[in-house]
Amino acid sequence: MADALRFRTDTPADEPAVSLDSFLDQDDSASVRIEAGDDVRRLLPVLDRVRLVEVDFPRFRDGRGYSSARILRESGYTGEIKATGDVLVDELLFMRRCGFDSFAPDAPLDPDTVERLLTIYPHVYQHAADDAVPVWKLRHG
Amino acid sequence: MYRYDQYDQQIVDARVEEFRDQVKRRIAGHMTEDQFKPLRLKNGLYLQLHAYMLRIAIPYGTLNPAQVRMLAHVARTYDRGYAHFTTRQNMQFHWIKLEQVPDILADFAKVQLHAIQTSGESIRNISADQYAGAAADEIADPRPWAELLRQVTTFHPEFSYLPRKFKFAFTAAPGDRAAIRWHDVGLRLVRNDAGEDGFEVYAGGGMGRTPFIAELIRAFCPADRLFSYCQAILRVWNRHARRDNIHKQRMKILVHDLGVEEFTRQVEEEFAHIATLGNDPPRAEFDRIAAYFAPPPFETGLSDEIDRSDPDFALWVDRQTAAHKAPGYAIANISLKAIGGIGGDITADQMDVVADLAERYSFGETRVTHAQNVVLPHVRKADLYAVWQALVAAGLADVNLDLVTDIIACPGLDYCSLANARSIPVAQKIARRFADLERQQDLGELKIKISGCINACGHHHAGHIGILGVDRKGTENYQLLLGGSGAEDTTLAKITGPGFDEDGVVDAVEKAIETYRGLRTDGERFLDTYRRVGMEPFKEAIYG
Ligand code: SF4
Repeated sequence: MADALRFRTDTPADEPAVSLDSFLDQDDSASVRIEAGDDVRRLLPVLDRVRLVEVDFPRFRDGRGYSSARILRESGYTGEIKATGDVLVDELLFMRRCGFDSFAPDAPLDPDTVERLLTIYPHVYQHAADDAVPVWKLRHG
Repeated sequence: MYRYDQYDQQIVDARVEEFRDQVKRRIAGHMTEDQFKPLRLKNGLYLQLHAYMLRIAIPYGTLNPAQVRMLAHVARTYDRGYAHFTTRQNMQFHWIKLEQVPDILADFAKVQLHAIQTSGESIRNISADQYAGAAADEIADPRPWAELLRQVTTFHPEFSYLPRKFKFAFTAAPGDRAAIRWHDVGLRLVRNDAGEDGFEVYAGGGMGRTPFIAELIRAFCPADRLFSYCQAILRVWNRHARRDNIHKQRMKILVHDLGVEEFTRQVEEEFAHIATLGNDPPRAEFDRIAAYFAPPPFETGLSDEIDRSDPDFALWVDRQTAAHKAPGYAIANISLKAIGGIGGDITADQMDVVADLAERYSFGETRVTHAQNVVLPHVRKADLYAVWQALVAAGLADVNLDLVTDIIACPGLDYCSLANARSIPVAQKIARRFADLERQQDLGELKIKISGCINACGHHHAGHIGILGVDRKGTENYQLLLGGSGAEDTTLAKITGPGFDEDGVVDAVEKAIETYRGLRTDGERFLDTYRRVGMEPFKEAIYG
């Protein structure tokens, strides 16, 4: 695994993430790993003890993790959401918008390309988990 | 028509630059073809048998003259002088070089066209009734809602890596010209007793190897909640669709597997949550968009008389025009189904003629139909003769709307790497056999649809007569289907029996049609007779 790319200033959780089932079983853990097929809503009742959610992308084309991240953010979760696995640089903007704030992809990302692609769009068309303001709001104040 | 403001333009321009960057990285070898493929697909770029194919989105099938001229320009400059309108009201260029694509997209961006989400596992170009804003039978123009939905579903961060492609279609009329129930989500604009606008929502339709007709999941979704409701649908599907088998990932399969009731329950539950998030654009945004679709300044006091003294013109008028909501106006259909031609193909010069006619006679509007024809939606009846003469000169005055030679055929083995069989030559042979206009008129409405493989891009499931190319021991073989419909009476066509070779299927089509002629009662269309008498008499005639 390459170095993580992180968009947070707090100290990263240092314990390894456990599976969703184990996390729900043992109440001393603060880091949980969500597989693509896991129902992230099972976490909602215990969100207050979560510090890190790792969302795995088994294949970059498997987009379930985007919904998982959004559901967490819509439920008020403010801790870290890390994308792991087959994460490609061209997906980063969408992931950031869905609420991912750290990345530990299988293959390293070129920092210049990351920087360029995250800032390439001056505007967005819809609300998401980031603070980008949709153009309809800019149009109507 | 909608016009981009600075925000729309900046987003499309950024997409051109992003794609330029991606092409550069691909050519430099920083990306594998596997990694590049979904990125280029999200921008409408396919690798076909002979070259790259680029698909340009034509939102709800509406074009202005500058856009039509740009399509012509690209056909001339980067392709072979012609291009192809598709069954999603888009345009495809079949002979494109990868390294030129960024420049082509930059040209299109100048006239507010793009290739965003025209392929790949994304929310595709939104289609709509081609007569929207002109049809006598609609309750309102559905395109402002389609444009609103187009914007909020463009680069939607949660729904850009969907299980499969996803298609919306809009209509606002009881007569369905947009085949809405063959879409993942079909939306019909309706008005409730309180006079409020909303949508009937149909979900889970689609063709392909497992065809399903979409079912009604909500009788009235308040129009201002449309985006939230669509997001709820997309989220349920994105989370719960299978991801292990590409053939089972379309939403129709999930709806079928869960059952429409359970699917609906999950959507409603998700909607109850999403509707609270404040994601729906306000009414003011709809009003802003709707202002662009205000009816053009129709003249009043026009006569509905048409001088029919030229018999060829009279034939064209009777077949190719439809009722307009404004007195003295007509909707004019331009056939792209010349006998022996390739349906949907149009040359650059013909595009220029269409652009000129739209400018001069149709308030600058052109529409593309899902049957791959072109429409001038707002023509004064008094101008029809002049329009017709110009069309005759351009080779665009064929008379066959909805007749047996108005065939939908996918590109098939002549272009498509997935094909089992050729579609275009079969369409051409059928068209030649039925070329006689009197015979066509006598047969009346008859929709033949041909696909070169099970993916059903030629909509064979929805054909009154459908033809499907299959591979039988390495040779091209064709199955015949009867009884499909893409209209408001949507039905799924059924296979007649064993398949045929190319000439055999043309003969079989003729036998089916002759059977209809023998059995029909007054005023019955082919489809009506088939529905009344069933498959048996047709089978007997074809195989007996
Ligand atoms: S139906 Fe098959 S052959 Fe025809 S265009 Fe689609 S994928 Fe290609």
